[in-house]
Amino acid sequence: MSLNNQLESEYSGSLKTELTLGLPGGAQAPKSAVKRGFSDTVDLNLYTNSEDEVNVATHTQPPPAKGQVVGWPPVRSYMKKKMMTVNCKYVKVAVDGAPYLRKLDLQIYTSYKELLVAFQNMFTCLTICNVIANESKIVDISNGTEYLPAYEDKDGDWMLVGDVPWNMFVESCKRLRLIKSCEKLKLMKSSASLETSSSTSC
Amino acid sequence: MCLFQCMMNYFPEEVLDHVFDFLSSHRDRNAVSLVCKSWYSVERFSREKVFIGNCYAVNPERVLARFPRIRSLTLKGKPHFADFNLVPHDWGGHVYPWIEAMAKNGINLEELRLKRMVVSDESLELLAKSFPNFKSLVLVSCEGFTTDGLAAIASNCRYLRELDLQENDVDDRKGQWLSCFPESCTSLVSLNFACLKGEVNMAALERLVARCRNLRSLRLNHAVPLDSLQKILVQAPQLTDLGTGSYVHEPDSETYIKLKNAIQKCTSIRSLSGFLDVHVQCLPAIYPICTNLTSLNLSYAPGIYSNELMKLISHCMKIERLWILDTIGDTGLGVVASTCKELQELRVFPSDLYGVGNAAVTEEGLVAISAGCPKLNSILYFCQQMTNAALITVAKNCPNFIRFRLCTLNPTIPDAVTNLPLDEGFGAIVKSCKGLKRLSVSGLLTDQVFLYIGMYAEHLEMLSIAFAGDSDKGMLYVLNGCKKLKKLEIRDSPFGNVALLADIGKYETMRSLWMSSCEVTYGACKSLAEKMPRLNVEIINEGDQIEASPDARQRVEKMYLYRTLVGPRRDAPDYVWTL
Repeated sequence: MSLNNQLESEYSGSLKTELTLGLPGGAQAPKSAVKRGFSDTVDLNLYTNSEDEVNVATHTQPPPAKGQVVGWPPVRSYMKKKMMTVNCKYVKVAVDGAPYLRKLDLQIYTSYKELLVAFQNMFTCLTICNVIANESKIVDISNGTEYLPAYEDKDGDWMLVGDVPWNMFVESCKRLRLIKSCEKLKLMKSSASLETSSSTSC
Repeated sequence: MCLFQCMMNYFPEEVLDHVFDFLSSHRDRNAVSLVCKSWYSVERFSREKVFIGNCYAVNPERVLARFPRIRSLTLKGKPHFADFNLVPHDWGGHVYPWIEAMAKNGINLEELRLKRMVVSDESLELLAKSFPNFKSLVLVSCEGFTTDGLAAIASNCRYLRELDLQENDVDDRKGQWLSCFPESCTSLVSLNFACLKGEVNMAALERLVARCRNLRSLRLNHAVPLDSLQKILVQAPQLTDLGTGSYVHEPDSETYIKLKNAIQKCTSIRSLSGFLDVHVQCLPAIYPICTNLTSLNLSYAPGIYSNELMKLISHCMKIERLWILDTIGDTGLGVVASTCKELQELRVFPSDLYGVGNAAVTEEGLVAISAGCPKLNSILYFCQQMTNAALITVAKNCPNFIRFRLCTLNPTIPDAVTNLPLDEGFGAIVKSCKGLKRLSVSGLLTDQVFLYIGMYAEHLEMLSIAFAGDSDKGMLYVLNGCKKLKKLEIRDSPFGNVALLADIGKYETMRSLWMSSCEVTYGACKSLAEKMPRLNVEIINEGDQIEASPDARQRVEKMYLYRTLVGPRRDAPDYVWTL
């Protein structure tokens, strides 16, 4: 477990802060760290125009080595902008307890069903179980731990996956997280729904 | 030769005129016009297509005075490095004065082709209203206009055949520009609006396609959904060039089945592009047309991964021009090498522009291509790493390169195996490829590579250098050796005043020289400008790096010089000084 913690901090400095997102008020600082982390990998400001050369210098986290050279690699700014609109659909996927995050491109799926299958393929210890009608769960069959997929939307709120139409979801989803069902209780403490998790030990 | 010339002089001018009609290349016509006064005169009245590689080398008045029967004008504006944000947006390159002059002189303009120019809506409106026979507008990497300007073109150009917008930065006003094509417009042959960001009226688009029976080339933007594509293809099975819009749909739907059927009837499609938004499970619909494709551009399709790319390409045996992303990987390039025996031009663009951590290609892919594709003559290759051994092998396999552009993602990376500079590799390329006209070098490079270039690259016309060389000697080797050099662009290299001033006459034989983040000083640039009145030596002084009365020894951040017949331009912004 301690090795996992160490790996957690190596691979994702923000993972620890994710666990505290359920606490109101405490979410502000970690959230901005998370946002910087995300924009680090998809930096919308690098290369867009020459004024932003100044912004690179004031960027709080150092950009990757490639990013430090203006105009290199020599790709037309039109192409960079165009590819940027597409790459934004890559979202991070975190699984509670896993040492590293994954990334997936939401655009290649057309439904929630396909997304769950993607989770199953990506995190091979997990399987989809159709426990209750209309609600598929992702379960680690080796220890019976249930996961619920949640996502952070444009407003920064954590939502349960599946409520809105697929296209709307793709448009607003910023990152995904497979929450252990007992964690779900912490996040949704204002909601009284205890439909599954009370019997699952963490 | 003497007898021939005597005989030619007995021919009336009408005969010369008729003979010159067969000359379409502007280089041939330029050569012909230098023979004697009589040929110059006949040629200038017969020239209908005028090509101007640098819009500031000359002015509209002089062009129209010399070529009064001009019908087609091609203009290029900003220097090439403007593509990579090295030139400020308002540097210049305005087309308005040209359109205004032609309108005033009653020119019967039919075609306008612009690259890296600033095009205002006002210019487009003037263009649309001034030339009743206007047929063809091609804008490449331009900016400054909105969809309102396009609406003016659509509304007024009654015989418009071609509206081709390639990679422009257009402000989309969300108007209905496409709906402005009147119902009477049936003349379109080519329509490319792939670079526009906003929506167009689908019904208007479908009707436009239906009534333009001569439409051959259609490139949609990503706002056009797949079901509209299907309806359009049903109306236009005669298309030879297609750029898809959004290629996303449920694969087991009626729309998709209809699309498959529609595509199968499009047996004339030879060129395919698009796929910015793509659902890979819908790709099999295009397999039937892949076998006939000669040109395929998937450089804006990051959603098509390596496996899918390989499946797709395995159908494309007749491909001559292939533009892809490096997500294809070395393995995928191996598939290209074994499938695409007709390949002439390959471009592999980087997909990982934001450090997401995607695949790249290495020297292995390049070697495979060179071994498998005997007709390869043009390459642009962005790669993770390179070796001298690979380049030497490529040079041996492909002596026919006309264009060779290599770009290592790390600009100063050495040979991945030996850690030596890549001088020998590029040396082998220039030695072997005797017809090489364009070269871009990258990776760790010393003055030695420039010695080779100067020695062997006899036909080189354009050279791009970045982060290379050790001293002025490097640049001198190039200036002394490459007799046919037209464009030289250099960034972040240690070339200075000695190299700049060694042979100032050379610059009048070239179109332009760009030097940024090098070692040239203000004093040297000023001295050069003073000695050469037929050069414009421009200093781009952003952020007031140089004060009002600068020190001669101060380094110049960006210098752009070009030959010109008309002296300093009057439209330069404050921070551009023409010395």
